[in-house]
Amino acid sequence: MSSSKSGADWQPACGYKALRARAEVLAQIRRFFVVRGVMEVETPLLCQAAGTDPNLHPFTSKFLQAGQTEGSVLYLQTSPEFAMKRLLASGSGSIYQICKAFRNEECGHHHNPEFTLLEWYRIGFGIDELMDEIEALLAALFHGKRNLPPAKRVSYRQLFKELAGTDPLRASLREFAECAKRHHLAEASAICGEDRNTWLDLLFSHIIQPQLEQGRAYFVYDYPACLPSLARKKPGDESVVERVELFLDGLELGNGYHELADATEQENRFDADLTVRRRAGLPLPPKDRRLLDALAYGLPDCSGVAIGLDRLLMLMTGSDDITQVLAFPVSKC
Amino acid sequence: MAFISTSDFKNGLKVLLDNEPAVILENEFVKPGKGQAFNRVKFRFLKTGRVLERTLKSGDTLESADVADMDMQFLYYDGEVWHFMQPESFEQYTADANAVADARKWLKEQDVCIVTLYNGAPITVTPPNSVVLTITETDPGVRGDTSGGGGKPATLETGAVVRVPLFVQTGEVIKVDTRTGEYISRVK
Repeated sequence: MSSSKSGADWQPACGYKALRARAEVLAQIRRFFVVRGVMEVETPLLCQAAGTDPNLHPFTSKFLQAGQTEGSVLYLQTSPEFAMKRLLASGSGSIYQICKAFRNEECGHHHNPEFTLLEWYRIGFGIDELMDEIEALLAALFHGKRNLPPAKRVSYRQLFKELAGTDPLRASLREFAECAKRHHLAEASAICGEDRNTWLDLLFSHIIQPQLEQGRAYFVYDYPACLPSLARKKPGDESVVERVELFLDGLELGNGYHELADATEQENRFDADLTVRRRAGLPLPPKDRRLLDALAYGLPDCSGVAIGLDRLLMLMTGSDDITQVLAFPVSKC
Repeated sequence: MAFISTSDFKNGLKVLLDNEPAVILENEFVKPGKGQAFNRVKFRFLKTGRVLERTLKSGDTLESADVADMDMQFLYYDGEVWHFMQPESFEQYTADANAVADARKWLKEQDVCIVTLYNGAPITVTPPNSVVLTITETDPGVRGDTSGGGGKPATLETGAVVRVPLFVQTGEVIKVDTRTGEYISRVK
């Protein structure tokens, strides 16, 4: 007996136009990297360690040997970053991967808890060369579909000053509150309190992103040092890290770094994340020892980026909801 | 009192915002890839109709509002307040001018309206989508003109003024769309 009311719930959520666009994009990406000598890899979706980022909530599952009842926790990856860095440290050379990533507590017009990432790492690349390659890939994918003008490359600080009228690195929280008020976000103080990172996230997503020019890609680089994720500190400027984010039509599409290769610094960031998690009463995942050991062994100098393919497909097909490019979004999975 | 988390927000949910009852119209999940999650929510205040957008941190809660829509018969206006009755229980309610607002010009005794109760008291009154009312006054139309083009104002028994075709006369009964205030047809 059918459990759905209409009986049509088994049908795909998206049309064949979106399915074909996805197939074409996957084929084009593979061609793009073959020509450039970047090797495709696969790493596990199930992992013994999860990321420590307090804003990411991994799905957990249990691994059992036959007949076992206790078992051990395995996480569904929130990104393939740690495993790919272990490959890089082992001498893989430049690599890319197209895989599923899973993030719990993320569902909306632009979020499905299971989504497709394109992630790649280029040995010897800095942020500038990485931006060049991302732009070349966008040009290849959008060729004949949509005319993309040259991307705008702008520092986080410059963009913030231009579009929000405040300095993300220097302004006091009181100045952030005034900025929020000017932009009709009086509730910001109650939400962000004394947390500078939450202030930056709120002002960026609510004030800056909606003002980004439609139809143009933006590379926003030099993120504040308080939002480092896994990026290197910028040599000669302690206030920022070598992190870049890609936006198109105001939508966040990707996040890249000149990759942090220092094992001690990486462990410090894990510990800082875990401190935030402890204070917030969030689960405390184990630190990925194998990643730390790989960094200690030696990660070649490289830059890498992850791009959300479902969102990219939304922009290629003119969709305003991620379910319009997924065969079976979480509501139908 | 029940508190409702952003994760359970649905369109149509009634909550208290700044201590006033409001209905959720839209709820958008906003989250930077590596950042804090927010919900950008569009609300309409039930008393004033004002629409406003407000951001909450994902996981934050709002108190649910004790709001219910009920079909009620309009009984009479006593010059100060409007009296309604719930037809099954015969329970009577009074609504003031703030609650009745623009609906007043469509209210005819015996008609069934939707009365929105907040903590048991009426806060808004929604008239039926169409009402049947008698024209109390309109200029005589130009004889022979049956095209209906142009039209003329007509005052109805409730005081409402609507545009009607020229051939419609005082004393006739017409049907009006209360959402647009437009004439629909004559009623025989």
